[in-house]
Amino acid sequence: MNAVLRTVLQRLGLGIVTLFVVSIIIFSTIEMLPGDFARAILGQSATPETVAAFERQIGLDQPAPVRYLEWIGGVLQGDFGNSFASAGALGGGQARTVLSLVVPRLENTLFLAGMTAVIAVPLALTLGLLAALYRNSIFDRMVNLVTLTSISVPEFFVAYILMLFLAVRYPIFYSLANVSADTPLLERILRCALPSMTLVLVIVAHMMRMTRAAIINLLASPYIEMARLKGISPSRIVYYHALPNAWAPIATVVALNLAYLIVGVVVVEVVFVYPGIGQLMVDAVSSRDIPVVQACALIFAVAYVLLNLLADIVSIVTNPRLLHPR
Amino acid sequence: MSESTRIDPDRPEEVVLAEAVPAPRRRTRWQTAWRELRRAPPTAWLGLAVIACYVILAVFAPVFAPYGQNELVGSQYEPWSEQFVFGTDQLGRDMLSRLIFGARNTIGIAFVTTIFAFLIGGSLGLLASILGGWVDQGLGRLVDVLMAIPQLIFALVLLSIVGPSLINLVLIIAVLDSTRVFRLSRAVSMNVVVMDFVEAARLQGEGLRWIMTREVLPNVLPPLVAEFGLRFCFVFLTISALSFLGLGIQPPTADWGSMVRENATLINYDDITPLLPAGAIALLTVGVNFVVDWFLHKASGLKE
Repeated sequence: MNAVLRTVLQRLGLGIVTLFVVSIIIFSTIEMLPGDFARAILGQSATPETVAAFERQIGLDQPAPVRYLEWIGGVLQGDFGNSFASAGALGGGQARTVLSLVVPRLENTLFLAGMTAVIAVPLALTLGLLAALYRNSIFDRMVNLVTLTSISVPEFFVAYILMLFLAVRYPIFYSLANVSADTPLLERILRCALPSMTLVLVIVAHMMRMTRAAIINLLASPYIEMARLKGISPSRIVYYHALPNAWAPIATVVALNLAYLIVGVVVVEVVFVYPGIGQLMVDAVSSRDIPVVQACALIFAVAYVLLNLLADIVSIVTNPRLLHPR
Repeated sequence: MSESTRIDPDRPEEVVLAEAVPAPRRRTRWQTAWRELRRAPPTAWLGLAVIACYVILAVFAPVFAPYGQNELVGSQYEPWSEQFVFGTDQLGRDMLSRLIFGARNTIGIAFVTTIFAFLIGGSLGLLASILGGWVDQGLGRLVDVLMAIPQLIFALVLLSIVGPSLINLVLIIAVLDSTRVFRLSRAVSMNVVVMDFVEAARLQGEGLRWIMTREVLPNVLPPLVAEFGLRFCFVFLTISALSFLGLGIQPPTADWGSMVRENATLINYDDITPLLPAGAIALLTVGVNFVVDWFLHKASGLKE
């Protein structure tokens, strides 16, 4: 158990370092801003005084390390600063905090991602396992063809096809997923049906192919061959011999694809006009609302790093060689 | 080609086998290629045919397109007709012509970006494996850091800083994608640089450039070629996604991703026109993937 603990702690430490570096990168993007940035945000008619006031407001008059510490300190307390979009309104009105923009949308995105994961993960693992067990059968070949096709097409293609057939031609689901905070749960699920179906199709293809490859790799190892030659029943081989070693690759596959989900969610939210964090980020990028972009990027990146970290930890704590050291 | 055991230096086209069996004529490169192609599965053939069609369409776009890519030829959103095969778009431009020019623009930009990614990633990867030491460590950690943030998200952040323009787009995607190329080329060439002939070249006093291009590169080329197909698909999809989000290739350039976005409202009127550019993207990536799949299957020595 000692070896396991030590490896997990090492990995956790590495994860924290990664998070730190990621936060520095996202912060330092603002350092790369061109000189006339304030003017670009405030418009050509802005007076030099407004420009100077705006630069002071976003803290451009202080050295970078100081600003980083202030920024990361705020972030850790849940304060991402103010959105530029309201600062552009030349002093008029209260500036909106990034947090108030991000939180409701983050909840929506987590709902969509969670719903997708609940459907996609069991489905993909089952299909992948079946394809690996019945390798080179008609079933396997068909699944291989279908998944190769669906991982190589863009998400918006799948999304619009589903929208055309399941919302416009046969109005079963809603074509727009415009939920609000007081939408009842059942209707929310119905409205999310098409976006989450799109994500499921893309994710399942990826996850299934990786599961299949991992299991085939495993079943080809000598100790499985030995178990087979001993005459053990196939189910026992799978449960007692293959599975303990399969947790690590399966966890990696799941985490990698949930991380992939993070990226897919951006496009799908835009297609279905779903008020999630991906759409917020795209809007913020078009209007160059840097604090919002930074907050969204940080959330996506942290989720990505944490998922990878989780996968590593699962594969460490289920590794039989570490659990039963000689 | 490696089946030849000894080659007569005077007559390199003839293989001299160790045993005294009648020597088979060595096939030319084209014959070998043709032989492999005939044995290729139908999916690979399909993929090759699709790629060939796209390339022809892209190269001869002005010949095939009935109208110019930015020519206003009708009123907006005209239905499919004799005059406008796929109707017109939101400004009244001919959809078919824009689709054909889109092949040239979209594929061209993705291709150039992939080449940049390979030039950056490939050369740095070779450099890291040959030089080793702190160069290798430094580049390796840098790549780790760049890969810790999802690529599309990173691209969005950078685009929000520098603003969307074609050059920015190509450079950002090329740099972000070169990390994957770096990893692969470094890993493959690590196995090559420890070989005796590289050592011999070093002792001979050959320069870094020579070792990179003449000793290591030829030996790492096959996996890099297969990777090129995969990376092209990935870059192509990323650029299309960004264009679809309105942050990639900017109007009025005819580009498939933006065309989907511009005509997306038609879907709600049961019109499949917006699916055409999306389908064009999908068909090409599927085609390339089929070919790469076959290539990888062959390269792995038919292990499965």
